[in-house]
Amino acid sequence: MARAVTPQRKAINTIAAWIIGLLIFFPILWTILTSFKTEAAAVAFPPQFLNFDWTFENYTTVQERSSYFRHFWNSVVISLGSTVIGLIIAVPAAWAMAFVPGKQTKNVLMWMLSTKMLPPVGVLIPIYLLFRQFGLLDTRTGLVIVLTLMNLPIIVWMLYTYFREIPVDILEAARMDGASLRKEIIYILTPMAVPGIASTLLLNVILSWNEAFWTLNLTAAKAAPLTAFIASYSSPEGLFYAKLSAASTMAIAPILILGWFSQKQLVRGLTFGAVK
Amino acid sequence: MGRITLDKVTKRFGDAEVIPPLDLTIEDGEFVVFVGPSGCGKSTLLRLIAGLEDVSGGEIRIDGTAATELPPAKRGLAMVFQSYALYPHMSVRKNIAFPMKMAGMPKEEQERRIDNAAKVLNLTDYLDRRPGQLSGGQRQRVAIGRAIVREPAAFLFDEPLSNLDAALRVGMRLEISELHNRLETTMIYVTHDQVEAMTMADKIVVLRAGKIEQVGTPLELYRTPRNKFVAGFIGSPTMNLIEGPEAQAMDAHTIGIRPEHLDVSSTDGRWRGTVGVAEHLGSDTFFHVHDTGLAEMITVRADGEVQLRHGDTVYLTPQDGKLHRFDEQGLRIA
Repeated sequence: MARAVTPQRKAINTIAAWIIGLLIFFPILWTILTSFKTEAAAVAFPPQFLNFDWTFENYTTVQERSSYFRHFWNSVVISLGSTVIGLIIAVPAAWAMAFVPGKQTKNVLMWMLSTKMLPPVGVLIPIYLLFRQFGLLDTRTGLVIVLTLMNLPIIVWMLYTYFREIPVDILEAARMDGASLRKEIIYILTPMAVPGIASTLLLNVILSWNEAFWTLNLTAAKAAPLTAFIASYSSPEGLFYAKLSAASTMAIAPILILGWFSQKQLVRGLTFGAVK
Repeated sequence: MGRITLDKVTKRFGDAEVIPPLDLTIEDGEFVVFVGPSGCGKSTLLRLIAGLEDVSGGEIRIDGTAATELPPAKRGLAMVFQSYALYPHMSVRKNIAFPMKMAGMPKEEQERRIDNAAKVLNLTDYLDRRPGQLSGGQRQRVAIGRAIVREPAAFLFDEPLSNLDAALRVGMRLEISELHNRLETTMIYVTHDQVEAMTMADKIVVLRAGKIEQVGTPLELYRTPRNKFVAGFIGSPTMNLIEGPEAQAMDAHTIGIRPEHLDVSSTDGRWRGTVGVAEHLGSDTFFHVHDTGLAEMITVRADGEVQLRHGDTVYLTPQDGKLHRFDEQGLRIA
């Protein structure tokens, strides 16, 4: 029997959900508000919520001092590049693991996941040295390579979960209907897996966009993405909270908007297969 | 044409031999049903014929040509799956058109065949819907439509009615039989339901543990089951199998009598017993009789009008010539 939900219970749940949601969103809201304050208002105590003099000064200063669009473009190239290359490698891999699993498939999947448990700093020095050796330091190519490798386990896992949900019967029906492997992939598998591929793509763009450890350690100026752009406002200039907030807002805005528009797709992707 | 020959076909999964060498010929136009309990290898056998599984040994010939090494697409067979296996992202029309599209058939011919199939299967109003918007019965009809437009050498059905409710199942059973009468194409049908097997088949293949127990027409299997397994599997309610002194008196290890071949009397008869449960179906009544002096409980199928209740005393007598005798190996004694 389904549990009855009383109106009171529903109201309590709604209020609780709003409180949790606002708590999670608050730091972002505060950052955005601070970006419109003067430096003095940003550190004022007690903190000013909405009753301050709104100004765009921080944004103009940030744009004048450092080129936002160059960093933005680096972020786009690095996150899209690493995701697309990751997908190109992961689709056939997940395909094989989902539809023609071998004895070691499970172990390979677990091993891939285990690499995500390794602290990245543990391999920083070898990777740094390799990058220096190959002239990849402060290049977008280098970052695309390292982020592809970092995110590949997640991409493979997500796609694997998706493909597993496609009933084998349907693929066999296509085979019986005269489809070659190529046509089976084009006409049946790909259209059925599009939602999965799309949400994997979105999630990985977001992960790569927000990645800070490798981007900060392996870039200096040329290939620096928006994460490095934010970081450049933290220490050397002292604590300019308002400008730091403006830089942060500019850095997270694109991905926030992308996430907002694709949230339905993302939630579906992340919870797929959890409930049958 | 659709004559299918299996010559010593074997299937192993690792070390486990699920189908020991098996010979079978399916004549052109025949409706053959593979029947057996779960895990008897009937679906595996069908998948071997379809080409969805590779054989481990032996040969499959379709219309005289070797098909063992051919991929499923090249065998000219159409299959209807238990799960329907429709393409969820395509409309009914595109689902039915898919095999013709794969074969590169001209558009006009495709349209003609889709219209024909839709008319035959009552799908004309649903052609532009997606499978998700159809009921189970309609989905199964789409799956059949997708199979018939190809005009295959043979149809393979893998428990196609298992996901339907009882009433729909009876209706679809009839539709498939009518389809067979009209098309006169070879059909191989897998089921665990002996009623489907009995009502639809020209020829039934009873399987157990990958081995053929008996091949014959429904009535042959009913009248002269070759062994105890077939005797118990075919017929509903199942045959009463009796061991012990009663059987030994007839020079057999086991004797069998079908519930409908027992005469019921309230005054005299061969076995005296007490009615346990009486199941009134309207047309028939099934009595479960115990305390007969036999080790086994006896099931009787009597007329629906017979009024006997729990605890009543009955006398049962097997009808002349309807007793089956089996030896220690369970084989029929002629």
